[in-house]
Amino acid sequence: MTQENTQRRAAYTPSEMMIVTAARAMAGVRTAFVGVGLPNIACNLARYTVAPDIELIYESGIYGAQPARLPLSIGDPTLVTGATSVVSMADLFGLYLQGGLVEVALLGGAQIDRFGNLNTSVIGSYEAPRTRLPGSGGACEIATNAQRLFYIMYLKRRAFVERLDFVTSPGYLGGNNERQELGMPGSGPQLVITDKALFDFATETHEMRLISLHPGVTLEQVDAEIGWQVKRAETIVETPPPTSEELRYIHVDLDPSGMYSKNRGG
Amino acid sequence: MVDKRLSLREAVAEYVHDGMSVAIEGFTSFICFAAGHEIIRQKRRDLTLIRMTPDLIYDQMVAAGVARKLVFSYLGNPGVGSLHCLRRAIEDGIPTPLEIEEYSHYGMVGRYTAGASRLPFFPLRSYAGSDMPRTNERIKFVKSPYGDETIAVVPPLNPDVAIIHAQRADRQGNTQLWGLLGVQKEAAFAADKVIIVVEEIVEEAVIRSDPNRTLIPGLIVDAVVHAPYGAHPSYVQGYYDRDNAFYLEWDVLSRDHQRTQAWLDEWVYGVADPAEYVRKLGTATMERLTPGSALAPAIDYGAYQ
Repeated sequence: MTQENTQRRAAYTPSEMMIVTAARAMAGVRTAFVGVGLPNIACNLARYTVAPDIELIYESGIYGAQPARLPLSIGDPTLVTGATSVVSMADLFGLYLQGGLVEVALLGGAQIDRFGNLNTSVIGSYEAPRTRLPGSGGACEIATNAQRLFYIMYLKRRAFVERLDFVTSPGYLGGNNERQELGMPGSGPQLVITDKALFDFATETHEMRLISLHPGVTLEQVDAEIGWQVKRAETIVETPPPTSEELRYIHVDLDPSGMYSKNRGG
Repeated sequence: MVDKRLSLREAVAEYVHDGMSVAIEGFTSFICFAAGHEIIRQKRRDLTLIRMTPDLIYDQMVAAGVARKLVFSYLGNPGVGSLHCLRRAIEDGIPTPLEIEEYSHYGMVGRYTAGASRLPFFPLRSYAGSDMPRTNERIKFVKSPYGDETIAVVPPLNPDVAIIHAQRADRQGNTQLWGLLGVQKEAAFAADKVIIVVEEIVEEAVIRSDPNRTLIPGLIVDAVVHAPYGAHPSYVQGYYDRDNAFYLEWDVLSRDHQRTQAWLDEWVYGVADPAEYVRKLGTATMERLTPGSALAPAIDYGAYQ
Protein backbone atom coordinates (compact mmCIF):
# COMPACT_ATOMS: atom_id res chain seq x y z
CA MET A 1 0.00 0.00 0.00
CA THR A 2 1.29 3.44 -0.89
CA GLN A 3 1.86 6.09 1.74
CA GLU A 4 -0.86 8.22 0.17
CA ASN A 5 -3.33 5.38 0.54
CA THR A 6 -2.36 4.90 4.17
CA GLN A 7 -3.01 8.55 4.91
CA ARG A 8 -6.33 8.53 3.09
CA ARG A 9 -7.47 5.46 4.99
CA ALA A 10 -6.59 7.05 8.27
CA ALA A 11 -8.76 10.09 7.53
CA TYR A 12 -12.06 8.25 7.83
CA THR A 13 -13.39 4.93 9.11
CA PRO A 14 -14.95 2.11 7.05
CA SER A 15 -18.27 2.92 8.75
CA GLU A 16 -18.04 6.53 7.58
CA MET A 17 -17.32 5.25 4.08
CA MET A 18 -20.55 3.21 4.28
CA ILE A 19 -22.55 6.14 5.62
CA VAL A 20 -21.52 8.57 2.86
CA THR A 21 -21.97 5.94 0.13
CA ALA A 22 -25.49 5.24 1.35
CA ALA A 23 -26.28 8.95 1.70
CA ARG A 24 -25.17 9.68 -1.87
CA ALA A 25 -27.37 6.86 -3.16
CA MET A 26 -30.35 8.70 -1.62
CA ALA A 27 -29.92 11.72 -3.92
CA GLY A 28 -33.30 13.31 -4.67
CA VAL A 29 -35.23 10.71 -2.67
CA ARG A 30 -38.49 12.04 -1.19
CA THR A 31 -39.38 9.29 1.34
CA ALA A 32 -37.06 6.86 3.12
CA PHE A 33 -37.82 4.14 5.63
CA VAL A 34 -35.07 4.30 8.23
CA GLY A 35 -33.56 1.96 10.81
CA VAL A 36 -31.44 2.85 13.82
CA GLY A 37 -27.65 3.17 13.63
CA LEU A 38 -25.88 3.51 10.28
CA PRO A 39 -29.10 3.83 8.18
CA ASN A 40 -30.29 6.63 10.45
CA ILE A 41 -27.03 8.55 10.12
CA ALA A 42 -26.94 7.94 6.35
CA CYS A 43 -30.48 9.23 5.82
CA ASN A 44 -29.92 12.28 8.00
CA LEU A 45 -26.68 12.99 6.10
CA ALA A 46 -28.68 12.76 2.86
CA ARG A 47 -31.15 15.27 4.33
CA TYR A 48 -28.26 17.73 4.89
CA THR A 49 -26.65 17.11 1.49
CA VAL A 50 -28.22 15.40 -1.56
CA ALA A 51 -31.87 14.99 -0.50
CA PRO A 52 -33.02 18.17 1.29
CA ASP A 53 -36.73 17.30 0.81
CA ILE A 54 -36.42 13.77 2.21
CA GLU A 55 -39.07 12.68 4.70
CA LEU A 56 -37.70 10.16 7.19
CA ILE A 57 -40.15 7.39 8.06
CA TYR A 58 -39.64 5.09 11.07
CA GLU A 59 -41.66 1.93 11.66
CA SER A 60 -42.52 3.17 15.15
CA GLY A 61 -45.10 5.41 13.44
CA ILE A 62 -43.14 8.53 12.56
CA TYR A 63 -43.37 10.42 9.27
CA GLY A 64 -41.03 13.35 8.59
CA ALA A 65 -38.70 13.11 11.60
CA GLN A 66 -36.15 15.85 12.27
CA PRO A 67 -34.24 14.42 15.23
CA ALA A 68 -32.46 16.97 17.42
CA ARG A 69 -30.07 14.33 18.78
CA LEU A 70 -28.76 10.96 17.63
CA PRO A 71 -31.73 8.60 18.15
CA LEU A 72 -30.86 5.66 20.41
CA SER A 73 -33.57 3.50 18.88
CA ILE A 74 -36.24 3.76 16.18
CA GLY A 75 -38.67 4.68 18.96
CA ASP A 76 -36.59 7.51 20.46
CA PRO A 77 -38.71 10.47 21.71
CA THR A 78 -36.50 12.90 19.75
CA LEU A 79 -38.05 11.43 16.58
CA VAL A 80 -41.54 12.38 17.81
CA THR A 81 -40.86 15.98 18.80
CA GLY A 82 -40.84 18.12 15.66
CA ALA A 83 -41.98 15.36 13.27
CA THR A 84 -44.46 16.11 10.48
CA SER A 85 -46.82 13.39 11.71
CA VAL A 86 -46.98 10.61 14.29
CA VAL A 87 -49.37 7.78 13.43
CA SER A 88 -50.41 4.37 14.72
CA MET A 89 -48.43 1.40 13.45
CA ALA A 90 -51.59 0.22 11.66
CA ASP A 91 -51.52 3.47 9.65
CA LEU A 92 -47.74 3.41 9.20
CA PHE A 93 -47.68 -0.10 7.73
CA GLY A 94 -51.10 0.05 6.05
CA LEU A 95 -51.31 3.55 4.57
CA TYR A 96 -47.69 4.61 4.21
CA LEU A 97 -45.74 1.40 3.50
CA GLN A 98 -48.38 -0.84 1.88
CA GLY A 99 -49.91 2.27 0.31
CA GLY A 100 -46.74 2.49 -1.77
CA LEU A 101 -45.43 5.78 -0.35
CA VAL A 102 -41.97 4.52 0.69
CA GLU A 103 -39.46 5.14 -2.09
CA VAL A 104 -36.37 3.68 -0.46
CA ALA A 105 -35.90 1.49 2.59
CA LEU A 106 -32.57 0.71 4.22
CA LEU A 107 -32.19 -2.74 5.73
CA GLY A 108 -29.47 -4.98 7.08
CA GLY A 109 -29.28 -8.51 8.40
CA ALA A 110 -27.15 -11.25 9.91
CA GLN A 111 -27.00 -13.11 6.59
CA ILE A 112 -27.52 -12.18 2.94
CA ASP A 113 -27.31 -14.39 -0.16
CA ARG A 114 -26.49 -13.69 -3.81
CA PHE A 115 -30.10 -12.77 -4.62
CA GLY A 116 -30.42 -10.30 -1.76
CA ASN A 117 -32.58 -12.43 0.52
CA LEU A 118 -32.09 -11.56 4.18
CA ASN A 119 -31.93 -13.57 7.40
CA THR A 120 -32.59 -11.79 10.69
CA SER A 121 -34.22 -14.75 12.46
CA VAL A 122 -31.90 -17.62 13.45
CA ILE A 123 -28.44 -19.10 12.96
CA GLY A 124 -28.85 -22.87 12.86
CA SER A 125 -32.26 -24.51 12.68
CA TYR A 126 -35.42 -22.60 13.55
CA GLU A 127 -36.59 -25.24 16.02
CA ALA A 128 -33.25 -25.48 17.88
CA PRO A 129 -31.31 -22.34 16.95
CA ARG A 130 -27.61 -21.95 17.68
CA THR A 131 -28.26 -18.22 17.89
CA ARG A 132 -31.69 -16.71 18.17
CA LEU A 133 -31.72 -13.36 16.30
CA PRO A 134 -34.40 -10.63 16.64
CA GLY A 135 -36.65 -11.84 13.81
CA SER A 136 -38.48 -9.79 11.21
CA GLY A 137 -39.76 -6.73 12.97
CA GLY A 138 -41.11 -4.85 9.97
CA ALA A 139 -38.40 -6.12 7.61
CA CYS A 140 -40.49 -8.73 5.76
CA GLU A 141 -43.21 -6.27 4.73
CA ILE A 142 -40.68 -3.49 4.14
CA ALA A 143 -38.74 -5.77 1.74
CA THR A 144 -42.06 -6.64 0.06
CA ASN A 145 -43.53 -3.15 -0.30
CA ALA A 146 -40.82 -0.45 -0.41
CA GLN A 147 -40.27 0.72 -4.00
CA ARG A 148 -36.50 0.16 -3.71
CA LEU A 149 -34.30 -1.53 -1.09
CA PHE A 150 -30.78 -0.56 -0.12
CA TYR A 151 -28.85 -2.87 2.19
CA ILE A 152 -26.16 -1.65 4.57
CA MET A 153 -23.96 -4.44 5.96
CA TYR A 154 -20.37 -5.05 6.92
CA LEU A 155 -18.74 -7.35 4.34
CA LYS A 156 -18.02 -10.51 6.35
CA ARG A 157 -17.85 -14.13 5.24
CA ARG A 158 -20.20 -15.17 8.03
CA ALA A 159 -22.81 -12.73 6.66
CA PHE A 160 -22.41 -13.13 2.88
CA VAL A 161 -23.32 -16.79 2.60
CA GLU A 162 -24.07 -19.31 -0.13
CA ARG A 163 -27.27 -20.40 1.62
CA LEU A 164 -29.28 -18.60 4.32
CA ASP A 165 -30.18 -20.52 7.47
CA PHE A 166 -33.61 -18.85 7.26
CA VAL A 167 -35.24 -16.48 4.75
CA THR A 168 -36.82 -13.74 6.86
CA SER A 169 -37.27 -11.11 4.16
CA PRO A 170 -37.45 -11.65 0.42
CA GLY A 171 -34.96 -10.22 -2.04
CA TYR A 172 -35.11 -11.84 -5.48
CA LEU A 173 -35.63 -15.33 -3.93
CA GLY A 174 -34.12 -17.77 -6.48
CA GLY A 175 -33.29 -15.02 -8.95
CA ASN A 176 -34.60 -14.19 -12.43
CA ASN A 177 -38.32 -13.29 -12.19
CA GLU A 178 -39.19 -15.30 -9.10
CA ARG A 179 -39.88 -12.18 -7.06
CA GLN A 180 -42.09 -10.51 -9.68
CA GLU A 181 -44.07 -13.71 -10.17
CA LEU A 182 -45.16 -13.55 -6.53
CA GLY A 183 -46.71 -10.14 -7.23
CA MET A 184 -44.68 -8.07 -4.80
CA PRO A 185 -45.29 -4.33 -5.20
CA GLY A 186 -41.68 -3.31 -4.47
CA SER A 187 -38.98 -3.77 -7.10
CA GLY A 188 -36.55 -5.39 -4.62
CA PRO A 189 -32.93 -4.77 -3.61
CA GLN A 190 -30.94 -2.30 -5.71
CA LEU A 191 -27.69 -1.80 -3.80
CA VAL A 192 -25.62 -3.52 -1.13
CA ILE A 193 -23.47 -0.94 0.62
CA THR A 194 -20.60 -2.42 2.64
CA ASP A 195 -17.45 -1.20 4.37
CA LYS A 196 -15.28 -2.52 1.50
CA ALA A 197 -17.28 -2.31 -1.70
CA LEU A 198 -20.55 -1.52 -3.40
CA PHE A 199 -22.76 -4.08 -5.18
CA ASP A 200 -25.85 -3.92 -7.37
CA PHE A 201 -28.05 -6.66 -8.87
CA ALA A 202 -27.85 -7.74 -12.53
CA THR A 203 -30.87 -6.75 -14.62
CA GLU A 204 -31.91 -10.22 -15.87
CA THR A 205 -30.68 -12.71 -13.28
CA HIS A 206 -30.99 -10.34 -10.31
CA GLU A 207 -27.74 -11.76 -8.94
CA MET A 208 -25.51 -9.55 -6.79
CA ARG A 209 -22.65 -7.90 -8.70
CA LEU A 210 -19.57 -6.00 -7.54
CA ILE A 211 -19.59 -2.50 -9.09
CA SER A 212 -17.26 -0.38 -6.97
CA LEU A 213 -14.33 -0.85 -4.59
CA HIS A 214 -13.73 1.58 -1.74
CA PRO A 215 -10.28 3.28 -1.80
CA GLY A 216 -7.48 0.90 -0.83
CA VAL A 217 -9.61 -2.28 -1.07
CA THR A 218 -8.59 -5.07 -3.46
CA LEU A 219 -10.69 -7.58 -5.39
CA GLU A 220 -9.06 -10.36 -3.37
CA GLN A 221 -10.13 -8.78 -0.09
CA VAL A 222 -13.71 -8.65 -1.33
CA ASP A 223 -13.73 -12.22 -2.63
CA ALA A 224 -12.30 -13.45 0.68
CA GLU A 225 -15.36 -12.16 2.55
CA ILE A 226 -18.03 -13.66 0.28
CA GLY A 227 -19.16 -17.27 0.52
CA TRP A 228 -19.78 -17.67 -3.22
CA GLN A 229 -17.93 -16.58 -6.35
CA VAL A 230 -19.41 -13.11 -6.65
CA LYS A 231 -20.06 -11.73 -10.13
CA ARG A 232 -18.28 -8.55 -11.23
CA ALA A 233 -19.51 -5.70 -13.40
CA GLU A 234 -17.58 -5.16 -16.66
CA THR A 235 -16.10 -1.98 -15.27
CA ILE A 236 -15.32 -1.73 -11.58
CA VAL A 237 -14.78 1.81 -10.34
CA GLU A 238 -13.32 3.23 -7.13
CA THR A 239 -15.86 4.67 -4.71
CA PRO A 240 -15.10 8.36 -4.09
CA PRO A 241 -13.89 8.82 -0.49
CA PRO A 242 -15.88 10.96 1.98
CA THR A 243 -15.58 14.71 1.48
CA SER A 244 -14.62 16.97 4.36
CA GLU A 245 -18.15 18.42 4.31
CA GLU A 246 -19.73 14.98 4.67
CA LEU A 247 -17.34 14.08 7.50
CA ARG A 248 -18.05 17.37 9.26
CA TYR A 249 -21.82 16.65 9.26
CA ILE A 250 -21.17 13.18 10.70
CA HIS A 251 -18.70 14.36 13.36
CA VAL A 252 -20.45 17.57 14.41
CA ASP A 253 -24.16 17.06 13.77
CA LEU A 254 -25.05 13.39 13.45
CA ASP A 255 -22.81 11.19 15.57
CA PRO A 256 -20.56 13.45 17.69
CA SER A 257 -19.64 10.64 20.09
CA GLY A 258 -18.76 8.31 17.19
CA MET A 259 -21.08 5.62 18.53
CA TYR A 260 -21.80 4.21 15.06
CA SER A 261 -19.40 5.96 12.71
CA LYS A 262 -16.14 5.15 14.55
CA ASN A 263 -16.70 1.43 14.12
CA ARG A 264 -13.79 0.17 12.07
CA GLY A 265 -15.52 -2.93 10.75
CA GLY A 266 -18.32 -5.09 12.20
CA MET B 1 -70.11 6.90 36.76
CA VAL B 2 -68.03 4.09 38.23
CA ASP B 3 -64.69 5.00 39.77
CA LYS B 4 -62.36 2.30 38.40
CA ARG B 5 -59.25 3.31 40.30
CA LEU B 6 -57.33 0.43 41.84
CA SER B 7 -53.83 -0.02 43.18
CA LEU B 8 -51.58 -1.97 40.81
CA ARG B 9 -51.57 -4.85 43.31
CA GLU B 10 -55.38 -4.94 43.31
CA ALA B 11 -55.62 -4.68 39.51
CA VAL B 12 -53.22 -7.55 38.88
CA ALA B 13 -54.80 -9.70 41.61
CA GLU B 14 -58.24 -9.10 40.12
CA TYR B 15 -57.56 -9.44 36.40
CA VAL B 16 -54.34 -11.41 35.76
CA HIS B 17 -54.53 -15.12 36.56
CA ASP B 18 -52.34 -18.17 35.91
CA GLY B 19 -52.56 -19.49 32.35
CA MET B 20 -53.94 -16.27 30.85
CA SER B 21 -52.71 -14.42 27.76
CA VAL B 22 -51.42 -10.97 28.62
CA ALA B 23 -50.42 -8.11 26.29
CA ILE B 24 -48.39 -5.26 27.80
CA GLU B 25 -48.11 -3.07 24.70
CA GLY B 26 -46.26 0.19 23.93
CA PHE B 27 -43.62 0.45 21.19
CA THR B 28 -40.28 1.43 22.82
CA SER B 29 -42.22 3.90 24.97
CA PHE B 30 -45.13 3.54 27.43
CA ILE B 31 -43.93 0.06 28.41
CA CYS B 32 -45.54 -0.66 31.77
CA PHE B 33 -42.64 -2.18 33.68
CA ALA B 34 -44.53 -1.51 36.93
CA ALA B 35 -47.28 -3.95 35.88
CA GLY B 36 -44.75 -6.55 34.72
CA HIS B 37 -42.99 -6.35 38.07
CA GLU B 38 -46.27 -6.71 39.96
CA ILE B 39 -47.11 -9.85 37.91
CA ILE B 40 -43.69 -11.25 38.90
CA ARG B 41 -44.27 -10.37 42.57
CA GLN B 42 -47.64 -12.10 42.55
CA LYS B 43 -45.91 -15.20 41.11
CA ARG B 44 -48.20 -15.74 38.14
CA ARG B 45 -47.34 -18.85 36.12
CA ASP B 46 -47.95 -20.29 32.63
CA LEU B 47 -48.81 -16.95 31.08
CA THR B 48 -48.81 -16.43 27.33
CA LEU B 49 -46.99 -13.12 26.96
CA ILE B 50 -47.89 -11.09 23.88
CA ARG B 51 -45.92 -8.06 22.65
CA MET B 52 -44.63 -6.89 19.28
CA THR B 53 -41.26 -6.13 20.90
CA PRO B 54 -40.77 -8.15 24.11
CA ASP B 55 -38.17 -5.59 25.26
CA LEU B 56 -36.59 -5.74 28.72
CA ILE B 57 -39.92 -6.23 30.50
CA TYR B 58 -40.60 -9.66 28.99
CA ASP B 59 -36.91 -10.54 29.37
CA GLN B 60 -37.39 -9.93 33.11
CA MET B 61 -40.74 -11.72 33.29
CA VAL B 62 -39.46 -14.79 31.44
CA ALA B 63 -36.36 -14.90 33.67
CA ALA B 64 -38.72 -14.82 36.66
CA GLY B 65 -40.57 -17.86 35.32
CA VAL B 66 -44.05 -16.38 34.75
CA ALA B 67 -44.38 -17.42 31.09
CA ARG B 68 -45.09 -20.58 29.13
CA LYS B 69 -45.29 -18.98 25.71
CA LEU B 70 -44.27 -15.79 23.86
CA VAL B 71 -46.06 -14.22 20.87
CA PHE B 72 -43.93 -11.51 19.23
CA SER B 73 -42.48 -9.86 16.12
CA TYR B 74 -39.08 -8.42 17.15
CA LEU B 75 -36.91 -9.97 19.83
CA GLY B 76 -34.28 -7.35 20.59
CA ASN B 77 -33.04 -4.84 23.17
CA PRO B 78 -33.89 -1.77 21.04
CA GLY B 79 -30.78 0.05 19.88
CA VAL B 80 -28.59 -2.12 22.16
CA GLY B 81 -28.59 -5.79 21.08
CA SER B 82 -29.97 -9.10 22.31
CA LEU B 83 -32.49 -10.02 24.97
CA HIS B 84 -30.33 -12.51 26.83
CA CYS B 85 -32.92 -14.03 29.20
CA LEU B 86 -35.29 -14.75 26.33
CA ARG B 87 -32.43 -16.25 24.34
CA ARG B 88 -31.49 -18.45 27.33
CA ALA B 89 -35.08 -19.67 27.53
CA ILE B 90 -35.37 -20.32 23.78
CA GLU B 91 -31.86 -21.69 23.16
CA ASP B 92 -31.26 -23.55 26.46
CA GLY B 93 -34.62 -23.84 28.28
CA ILE B 94 -33.43 -21.72 31.26
CA PRO B 95 -35.25 -21.26 33.65
CA THR B 96 -37.97 -23.14 31.74
CA PRO B 97 -38.55 -23.88 28.04
CA LEU B 98 -40.48 -21.19 26.21
CA GLU B 99 -42.82 -21.84 23.32
CA ILE B 100 -42.72 -19.11 20.68
CA GLU B 101 -45.19 -17.91 18.06
CA GLU B 102 -43.58 -15.45 15.69
CA TYR B 103 -44.90 -12.87 13.20
CA SER B 104 -43.65 -9.74 11.47
CA HIS B 105 -44.65 -6.33 12.87
CA TYR B 106 -47.46 -5.79 10.40
CA GLY B 107 -48.63 -9.34 11.06
CA MET B 108 -48.97 -8.54 14.78
CA VAL B 109 -50.68 -5.21 14.02
CA GLY B 110 -53.08 -7.07 11.72
CA ARG B 111 -53.79 -9.72 14.35
CA TYR B 112 -54.74 -7.11 16.95
CA THR B 113 -56.81 -5.22 14.35
CA ALA B 114 -58.75 -8.36 13.40
CA GLY B 115 -59.18 -9.21 17.08
CA ALA B 116 -60.44 -5.73 17.91
CA SER B 117 -62.85 -5.66 14.93
CA ARG B 118 -64.00 -9.26 15.51
CA LEU B 119 -62.93 -10.34 12.03
CA PRO B 120 -61.81 -13.92 11.18
CA PHE B 121 -58.48 -12.81 9.66
CA PHE B 122 -56.47 -9.83 8.43
CA PRO B 123 -54.95 -9.70 4.92
CA LEU B 124 -51.55 -8.12 4.32
CA ARG B 125 -48.84 -7.87 1.67
CA SER B 126 -46.06 -9.75 3.43
CA TYR B 127 -44.65 -13.25 4.01
CA ALA B 128 -44.52 -14.29 0.32
CA GLY B 129 -41.11 -15.87 -0.26
CA SER B 130 -40.31 -15.79 3.46
CA ASP B 131 -39.69 -18.89 5.59
CA MET B 132 -41.94 -17.50 8.34
CA PRO B 133 -45.14 -19.23 7.09
CA ARG B 134 -43.20 -22.51 7.05
CA THR B 135 -42.42 -22.25 10.78
CA ASN B 136 -45.74 -20.71 11.84
CA GLU B 137 -48.69 -22.54 10.32
CA ARG B 138 -51.10 -19.84 11.48
CA ILE B 139 -49.72 -17.56 8.73
CA LYS B 140 -51.63 -18.61 5.62
CA PHE B 141 -52.31 -17.50 2.06
CA VAL B 142 -55.76 -17.15 0.52
CA LYS B 143 -56.99 -16.35 -2.95
CA SER B 144 -58.78 -13.04 -3.31
CA PRO B 145 -62.51 -13.52 -4.03
CA TYR B 146 -62.27 -10.48 -6.33
CA GLY B 147 -59.47 -11.63 -8.65
CA ASP B 148 -56.55 -13.99 -9.09
CA GLU B 149 -54.38 -12.45 -6.40
CA THR B 150 -53.01 -14.51 -3.51
CA ILE B 151 -52.64 -12.66 -0.22
CA ALA B 152 -51.21 -13.54 3.20
CA VAL B 153 -53.57 -13.64 6.16
CA VAL B 154 -53.07 -13.77 9.92
CA PRO B 155 -55.60 -14.82 12.57
CA PRO B 156 -57.25 -12.48 15.10
CA LEU B 157 -55.55 -11.93 18.45
CA ASN B 158 -57.72 -11.40 21.52
CA PRO B 159 -55.62 -11.30 24.70
CA ASP B 160 -57.32 -12.07 28.01
CA VAL B 161 -55.79 -8.88 29.42
CA ALA B 162 -54.19 -5.79 27.85
CA ILE B 163 -52.13 -3.44 30.02
CA ILE B 164 -51.58 0.02 28.54
CA HIS B 165 -49.51 2.85 30.02
CA ALA B 166 -50.41 6.46 29.09
CA GLN B 167 -49.95 10.05 30.18
CA ARG B 168 -53.39 10.54 31.68
CA ALA B 169 -56.87 9.16 32.23
CA ASP B 170 -59.94 10.08 34.23
CA ARG B 171 -61.43 7.85 36.95
CA GLN B 172 -63.56 5.97 34.43
CA GLY B 173 -60.57 5.10 32.27
CA ASN B 174 -61.00 7.54 29.39
CA THR B 175 -57.36 7.58 28.36
CA GLN B 176 -55.31 10.18 26.51
CA LEU B 177 -51.93 9.44 24.99
CA TRP B 178 -49.56 11.41 22.78
CA GLY B 179 -46.27 10.27 21.32
CA LEU B 180 -45.81 6.86 19.69
CA LEU B 181 -49.28 5.38 19.36
CA GLY B 182 -47.90 1.94 18.48
CA VAL B 183 -50.61 -0.69 18.63
CA GLN B 184 -52.06 0.21 22.02
CA LYS B 185 -55.54 1.16 20.78
CA GLU B 186 -55.95 -2.06 18.79
CA ALA B 187 -54.60 -4.17 21.69
CA ALA B 188 -57.03 -2.55 24.14
CA PHE B 189 -60.06 -3.01 21.89
CA ALA B 190 -59.02 -6.62 21.19
CA ALA B 191 -58.58 -7.62 24.84
CA ASP B 192 -61.19 -9.10 27.15
CA LYS B 193 -60.01 -6.99 30.12
CA VAL B 194 -58.09 -3.70 30.01
CA ILE B 195 -55.88 -2.23 32.73
CA ILE B 196 -54.80 1.38 32.21
CA VAL B 197 -51.76 2.70 34.10
CA VAL B 198 -51.14 6.46 33.98
CA GLU B 199 -48.79 9.21 35.04
CA GLU B 200 -51.74 11.38 36.09
CA ILE B 201 -55.40 10.95 36.96
CA VAL B 202 -57.31 13.96 35.65
CA GLU B 203 -60.87 15.26 35.85
CA GLU B 204 -63.30 14.20 33.15
CA ALA B 205 -63.43 17.86 32.01
CA VAL B 206 -59.74 17.70 31.04
CA ILE B 207 -60.46 14.70 28.79
CA ARG B 208 -63.51 16.38 27.28
CA SER B 209 -61.52 19.55 26.55
CA ASP B 210 -59.43 17.64 23.97
CA PRO B 211 -61.42 14.67 22.62
CA ASN B 212 -59.13 14.05 19.62
CA ARG B 213 -56.41 12.96 22.05
CA THR B 214 -58.52 10.22 23.67
CA LEU B 215 -57.10 6.91 22.43
CA ILE B 216 -59.06 4.50 24.61
CA PRO B 217 -62.59 5.10 25.95
CA GLY B 218 -63.48 4.20 29.54
CA LEU B 219 -66.20 1.98 28.08
CA ILE B 220 -63.67 -0.82 27.48
CA VAL B 221 -61.49 -0.17 30.56
CA ASP B 222 -61.72 -2.31 33.70
CA ALA B 223 -59.14 -0.72 35.99
CA VAL B 224 -57.28 2.60 36.20
CA VAL B 225 -54.01 2.65 38.11
CA HIS B 226 -52.05 5.76 39.09
CA ALA B 227 -48.33 4.88 38.89
CA PRO B 228 -46.04 7.80 37.98
CA TYR B 229 -42.78 6.61 36.36
CA GLY B 230 -44.43 3.21 35.93
CA ALA B 231 -42.93 2.93 32.44
CA HIS B 232 -39.32 3.40 33.65
CA PRO B 233 -36.79 2.47 32.21
CA SER B 234 -38.77 3.04 29.00
CA TYR B 235 -40.16 6.52 28.48
CA VAL B 236 -43.33 8.59 28.46
CA GLN B 237 -43.37 11.38 25.87
CA GLY B 238 -43.04 14.77 27.54
CA TYR B 239 -42.69 13.25 31.04
CA TYR B 240 -39.39 11.36 31.08
CA ASP B 241 -36.77 10.03 28.69
CA ARG B 242 -35.70 6.44 28.22
CA ASP B 243 -33.14 5.45 30.87
CA ASN B 244 -30.67 4.25 28.28
CA ALA B 245 -28.01 3.68 30.93
CA PHE B 246 -30.26 0.97 32.36
CA TYR B 247 -30.83 -0.61 28.93
CA LEU B 248 -27.03 -0.83 28.57
CA GLU B 249 -26.60 -2.13 32.14
CA TRP B 250 -29.25 -4.81 31.51
CA ASP B 251 -27.35 -5.93 28.42
CA VAL B 252 -24.41 -6.80 30.71
CA LEU B 253 -26.08 -8.17 33.83
CA SER B 254 -28.77 -10.23 32.04
CA ARG B 255 -26.09 -12.35 30.34
CA ASP B 256 -25.83 -14.28 33.61
CA HIS B 257 -28.87 -16.05 35.09
CA GLN B 258 -27.69 -15.67 38.70
CA ARG B 259 -27.02 -11.94 38.32
CA THR B 260 -30.44 -11.57 36.71
CA GLN B 261 -32.07 -13.30 39.68
CA ALA B 262 -30.14 -11.05 42.08
CA TRP B 263 -31.41 -8.02 40.19
CA LEU B 264 -35.00 -9.32 40.38
CA ASP B 265 -34.52 -9.91 44.14
CA GLU B 266 -33.41 -6.34 44.68
CA TRP B 267 -35.63 -4.39 42.26
CA VAL B 268 -38.81 -6.50 42.00
CA TYR B 269 -39.26 -8.91 44.94
CA GLY B 270 -37.51 -6.47 47.30
CA VAL B 271 -39.85 -3.61 46.37
CA ALA B 272 -43.43 -3.42 47.61
CA ASP B 273 -45.05 -1.27 44.92
CA PRO B 274 -44.39 1.31 42.16
CA ALA B 275 -44.03 4.14 44.68
CA GLU B 276 -41.23 2.33 46.51
CA TYR B 277 -39.52 1.58 43.17
CA VAL B 278 -39.54 5.30 42.35
CA ARG B 279 -38.14 6.20 45.81
CA LYS B 280 -35.41 3.59 45.34
CA LEU B 281 -34.49 5.05 41.93
CA GLY B 282 -34.05 8.44 43.59
CA THR B 283 -34.59 12.01 42.52
CA ALA B 284 -31.24 12.29 40.73
CA THR B 285 -32.37 9.64 38.21
CA MET B 286 -35.67 11.45 37.69
CA GLU B 287 -33.92 14.75 37.14
CA ARG B 288 -31.51 13.17 34.66
CA LEU B 289 -34.45 11.82 32.64
CA THR B 290 -36.66 14.93 32.67
CA PRO B 291 -36.83 16.44 29.17
CA GLY B 292 -36.98 20.09 28.27
CA SER B 293 -40.29 21.56 27.16
CA ALA B 294 -41.74 21.59 23.61
CA LEU B 295 -45.30 22.90 23.93
CA ALA B 296 -47.91 22.69 21.18
CA PRO B 297 -49.96 25.89 21.02
CA ALA B 298 -53.53 25.50 22.30
CA ILE B 299 -56.14 24.79 19.64
CA ASP B 300 -59.77 25.92 19.60
CA TYR B 301 -62.52 23.30 19.28
CA GLY B 302 -65.14 26.11 19.32
CA ALA B 303 -68.18 26.41 21.58
CA TYR B 304 -71.42 25.54 19.69
CA GLN B 305 -74.46 26.38 21.77
